[in-house]
Amino acid sequence: MTLLSKPWIWAYLAAALTFVPTAMLSQGVGGAWELVLAALTFAAFSVLVGLGQMLVITMGPGNIDLSIPATMTLAGTLSLKYMDGAAGTGAAGLAVALAVGLACGAGNYLLIRLLRIPPIIATLAASFLYQSLAIWSNRGLRIKPPAWLADFATGAALGVPNVAVVAGLLAVLFWVLLERSVYGRWLSAIGQNQRAARLAGVPVDLVRMATYLISAVMAALCGFLLSCFSGGAALNMGAEYLLISIAVVVIGGSSIAGGNSNVPGIWGASLFLFLIVSMLNSYGLGAGVRLIMTGVIIIAIVAVASGSRRAS
Amino acid sequence: MGEAVSAQSGVAGPPPAAAALVELAAVRKHFGAVRALDGVSLAIRPGECLGLVGHNGAGKSTLVSLLNGGLEPTEGTIRFAGLEGPGAARRAGVRTVFQELSLCPNLTVAENLRIPDHDLAGPGWRRRARAAVRESLAQVFPGHRIDPDDTVADLTLAERQMAEIAIGFASGTIPARLVILDEPTSSLDAAIAEQLLAHIRRFCARGGAVIFISHLLGEVLSVASRIVVMRDGLITDERPAGAFTRQGLVAAMGHVGSVAVAAVRPGPQAASGEVTVETPEGIRARRGEVVGLAGLAGHGQAEALKRLYLGRVSGWQASRTPAAVFVAGDRVRDGLMPLWSVRRNLTLSRLVALARAGLVDRAAERSLAEDWRSRIGIRTADTADPILSLSGGNQQKVLFARALATDAPLVVMDDPMRGVDVGTKAEVHAMIRAEAGRGRTFLWYSTETEETCLCDRVFVFRNGRISAELTGAEITEERILEASFEMKEVRP
Repeated sequence: MTLLSKPWIWAYLAAALTFVPTAMLSQGVGGAWELVLAALTFAAFSVLVGLGQMLVITMGPGNIDLSIPATMTLAGTLSLKYMDGAAGTGAAGLAVALAVGLACGAGNYLLIRLLRIPPIIATLAASFLYQSLAIWSNRGLRIKPPAWLADFATGAALGVPNVAVVAGLLAVLFWVLLERSVYGRWLSAIGQNQRAARLAGVPVDLVRMATYLISAVMAALCGFLLSCFSGGAALNMGAEYLLISIAVVVIGGSSIAGGNSNVPGIWGASLFLFLIVSMLNSYGLGAGVRLIMTGVIIIAIVAVASGSRRAS
Repeated sequence: MGEAVSAQSGVAGPPPAAAALVELAAVRKHFGAVRALDGVSLAIRPGECLGLVGHNGAGKSTLVSLLNGGLEPTEGTIRFAGLEGPGAARRAGVRTVFQELSLCPNLTVAENLRIPDHDLAGPGWRRRARAAVRESLAQVFPGHRIDPDDTVADLTLAERQMAEIAIGFASGTIPARLVILDEPTSSLDAAIAEQLLAHIRRFCARGGAVIFISHLLGEVLSVASRIVVMRDGLITDERPAGAFTRQGLVAAMGHVGSVAVAAVRPGPQAASGEVTVETPEGIRARRGEVVGLAGLAGHGQAEALKRLYLGRVSGWQASRTPAAVFVAGDRVRDGLMPLWSVRRNLTLSRLVALARAGLVDRAAERSLAEDWRSRIGIRTADTADPILSLSGGNQQKVLFARALATDAPLVVMDDPMRGVDVGTKAEVHAMIRAEAGRGRTFLWYSTETEETCLCDRVFVFRNGRISAELTGAEITEERILEASFEMKEVRP
């Protein structure tokens, strides 16, 4: 297996290709390093939601979690409201955020399972519910996170942004989960042929529920960190993460048809998505051109990567 | 190798004046290091029914792919009615009915005709396709219950196979001149299979040609005019069908095991075990018993098995020792994980027992796969190879191994011997006996009466209900057939 045959290599090549011209515009080595740190920081949030979405997409066609933005917003809003900026409430705040994630994931799965609604509809419908709850409880307030949490989310350890460390450790954990654990095998089996998986004794219902729970908890964690990072929860804070969570899975080389996903690609694609926006920004292109270019480049990357996979 | 016999010397068949429909000259096909075909020469003439037999992995499926133009030979030439190159097979009227049922499930039966018949186009093509398929179905399977407008996904396995066969024989813009049937009767019951054999005889009498591939040697002997035996990518024997006996054929295929192994009937000890299975339909099985489900295909046997299995094995938990395991006969729909290696496919049902702290113990997994590879004789160089690189029969062995590798007390088998060769069948039968002797219960649905006769107890299904329960010496082909049909329709 050469490096070039890895499905995730294209995401890293694309990230490198966008990094070089952007870094050339910045002031010397220091500027380039600044760009690396910014990329790591912002990619970390995409990685968090991307990892959860990846597990869901692994289960095959029809499986997708569209409630990620609303879950992020609700978790960020409720946890910040609970902490109310007070010191010493960080752990409890995190617990509130994760509990919100569990509740949202359970809600999604109940709709899918009990009402037999296709996941794409169920998670979309549920997300209106979660978003409304966030609006209702927020009421236009902007509560600041506790100071130390804000410092943690924006700070760095040994030069590496803390959020990137968190996302890096979780990526390793998800790699073990996907590649080495019994759960990961079951997940891949369901994605290839759910009927055959059930007949082979795979606990399909358990795995599906666990996967929707994990996706929602990851979204909640991302919402919590993002609201601490940006100094408060905003009602639209999750909006752009809907497309991002799906794009990083696809650009990262995971199969949209299910059964075959990879973790390294999530990081590569997250870095690429940040770098392409900053490249177009630093060349001073207008918002319209920027969006068109972003779309065209993403399509090109996916086409090149899937073409090379077919050839191999 | 000098063993390869040239087809030109074929004794039977039509006068040599008839031009060959397909002619292979010293054809080799290699996939990397694997020599799937290693120098095959063969000619097929109008009016012939060529029987093709050989063990799993002998090269039959590769030969089929070359004959229908799906693969290009590595060396040698193939001429279709004098033509060569891409598309020649189609223009010469070569049609294939595949072993792995290959209809598009989302299309109707009639729409599927357009796949072999590209030129069926333009306004009203559906109407013409419907007429052609309806006519062909009526000719091949009189009394069938398939509507050309049925969506393929809604058909049972047997009906899908019937539809695919009818499409193979259907008239089109290019009439079918050579129809290749790869295990066409594997999901059909005896009565329907007999209709097909009769149609093949009529088709050949009208000047068509058929290549008939089957592991059911009785069928091959009864329908073929000439029989070709393959082994390790070579044609090792070739004679007019009359010159072969069943034993002669088995010997020519050269399997070490003897077919007689299968005839081992259990002692009476099985009858005394505790009852472990009891279903609302009335299926009862005791510990250590091999219980057969018989009757015509599609009369509720498969559904009964699936209900029983899904009722015992929850979708919410998995344990080291599952209550039951399932062996699929419809590999693609119910069994295979197409992206995975042989090894991962084999160990899937035993994962919980192979895991430590939730992580798969990969060394234990590898040794389990190696163990079963040699025990059940899976022909693959490395268990890390993709499952799809195996021949159909070997894939089936992997699914057997997946089930038997667990400690489940109940093994549910849904017509699991489709596309498995005689020698392997005998080995698997012996393995089932040995496992039953250790106290496992087997529930075995089979479309082959011969296999059903190996069971301790047989339930015959008719119209979704059990019409007879047979035990011990009562289990005979006649009794099973009798119970399969309404009395007024007893076989002629």
